[in-house]
Amino acid sequence: MTLFSVAFYILASVIIISTGIAITRRNLVHAAVYLIISFFGSAMLFYLLGAPLLAALEVIIYAGAIMVLFLFIIMMLDEEKLEEKFFPIHQWTPAAVMSGLFVAVAALIISGDSDSQVQLQAFTAEPASFGRYLFQKHWLAIEIVSLLLLIALIGVLYLGRDVRKNNPK
Amino acid sequence: MLTWIAGFILLIVKLGIVLGCMLFLAAYLVWAERKLLARLQVRYGPNRAGKFGLLQPIADSIKMITKEDIVPEAADRIIFLVAPAVVATTALLMFAVVPFGSSLKIWGREIPLVISDLNVGLLYVFALSSLGVYGVALGGWASNSKFALLGGIRGAAQMISYELSLGLSLIPIVMLAQSFSLVDIVQAQANYPFIFVQPISFAIFFISAVAESKRIPFDLPEAENELGAGFHMEYSGMRFGLFFIGEYVHIQVLGALAAVFFLGGWRGPWLPPPVWLLLKIILVALVMIWIRGTLPRLRYDQLMELGWKVLVPAALINIVITGAFILI
Amino acid sequence: MNTDKNESPMTQILADLKALAIGFATTFKHLFQKPFTEEYPEYKRPLPARSRARIILTRDPDGGERCVACYLCSAVCPVSCISMQSAEQADGRRYAPWFRINFGRCIYCGLCEEACPTAAIQLTPDFEMCKQDILALVYEKEDLLVDHGGKDKQYNFYQYAGVVTDVGEKGTHIKEEKPVNIRSNLP
Repeated sequence: MTLFSVAFYILASVIIISTGIAITRRNLVHAAVYLIISFFGSAMLFYLLGAPLLAALEVIIYAGAIMVLFLFIIMMLDEEKLEEKFFPIHQWTPAAVMSGLFVAVAALIISGDSDSQVQLQAFTAEPASFGRYLFQKHWLAIEIVSLLLLIALIGVLYLGRDVRKNNPK
Repeated sequence: MLTWIAGFILLIVKLGIVLGCMLFLAAYLVWAERKLLARLQVRYGPNRAGKFGLLQPIADSIKMITKEDIVPEAADRIIFLVAPAVVATTALLMFAVVPFGSSLKIWGREIPLVISDLNVGLLYVFALSSLGVYGVALGGWASNSKFALLGGIRGAAQMISYELSLGLSLIPIVMLAQSFSLVDIVQAQANYPFIFVQPISFAIFFISAVAESKRIPFDLPEAENELGAGFHMEYSGMRFGLFFIGEYVHIQVLGALAAVFFLGGWRGPWLPPPVWLLLKIILVALVMIWIRGTLPRLRYDQLMELGWKVLVPAALINIVITGAFILI
Repeated sequence: MNTDKNESPMTQILADLKALAIGFATTFKHLFQKPFTEEYPEYKRPLPARSRARIILTRDPDGGERCVACYLCSAVCPVSCISMQSAEQADGRRYAPWFRINFGRCIYCGLCEEACPTAAIQLTPDFEMCKQDILALVYEKEDLLVDHGGKDKQYNFYQYAGVVTDVGEKGTHIKEEKPVNIRSNLP
């Protein structure tokens, strides 16, 4: 057990526990807070695995921006009082199937490499080399994604336009 | 093992010094703000506790600590209790990547004058400042008061909007320095500070920084005359004090970042590097106080309009122009 | 942001910048001005004689107590902070054996002064009377009584009132005619 693996297991358990709490909370704000902790844990995990850039981006984008928007919406909504009852079956059956698949795949991976032969190499991704890799090898994918974002932006502008100006009444 | 222990002790010592300096400076920034703001408004400001009111921060902190810590009955207790700590901690942690000198040689050991030279230092700063929003938003929500909630919502909206322009305004700096590391960015300003080549960037950064620290003219989350005190309305005692410390540490951090990104960091003639950084931080803080003494608060739509329709496009155009210059 | 469509954006921006610069220059100039603040404990602003603060019970020019314990001040007091007991002296003068004002409650409205028929109860400009202990703010008659006539120095109620006291018999008071014999007054 090295220091590295101790840190890994602590982080992993924090992530799993906080995510588990997040999906079982009735109070939406509490759920969001646990999800933030989970994202934060994943960011630490990225850092541990030698990807500080991804760690920073995870915190900025997921924990920082997306969860703030979630929280924003939750705070704006009128908090409705949900009665305590189990989720309906048509909601949790697909979820159970998916998680069953997930567990099966994980079991396959672990059993295929039972002796942990493949060791994770200590590797640090520099931001510059990461950027070069992304924009030189995968420039097409980046461009397509940015186009998608542009379309989304234009869509938002279209939806949010001032209707009164177009048809004065 | 011995070097590891030595490194650990060194880190603790550096942390202690920086933390002590920051909290001391935060306390005296409050004093400076009250004094200078008073003079800008033709008043005296605090002048009772000690000569020129110099003991005022101590009196304030004694008051804060000895006051009752009230938790409203309808509040969400745990979140209410933790929220102020989030604000103060994120503000304090941001300073970890700010370099305050090149390096020092003591007993043959090279000691870099920065707590941690992350190669993603700039992103680390943004990550923490985006986490700082939670203190405001959750503190406002957990108070279970409509004014605090309004303050929290305003704070969240304002901070995520201005974080965007803050980030975009720094991309030209990263392009010029070719690094996210704050140490490298200061190194890149060996010949001239970046404010001379990127004045627009500096203006955008500074406006966004003032908005990010929720100060006048962008203090809508607090807005004394419409929301009482906004997100920290229900807080009392040292928890309010933590919000307060967080705000002033945030000012220092933003001053330090302005110094690192635009004013040449710790560089300067004659004086030792940490003093130069301190002077630059104080200069930025004084300008922020001057702004507070002069400008009225913006309306909410004006705030959003300035952020999204002026600063973000200006920052984007600035990036394109800088990129073109670098290519040529 | 001004949205005047007639001007070009450049002149608009310049005008805005100029407006900002004027504002900043104004506050900067304030830095070198002497503050207007009057520093209170060192400098006490002279208050007008009719300012309303600490209440006193005055005496007439002869040194007698003016208060006749008529309860008018107590009745008019909106916060009911005045209480007293009335009694009569051997010479016919009415007086208050005890008279109490709770300054912890008093709102310094001055209605008692207006209600007082003998100008006994008066408000003074002295406002520095706060205490740590709230019970110390309950003033008894000996705390309230002063040795002067307050604002109306010469007024002596018993010289005007048609009451028989040691000041004079019936018909001897100022602006008072001799009493008429109602039996000889018949037509």
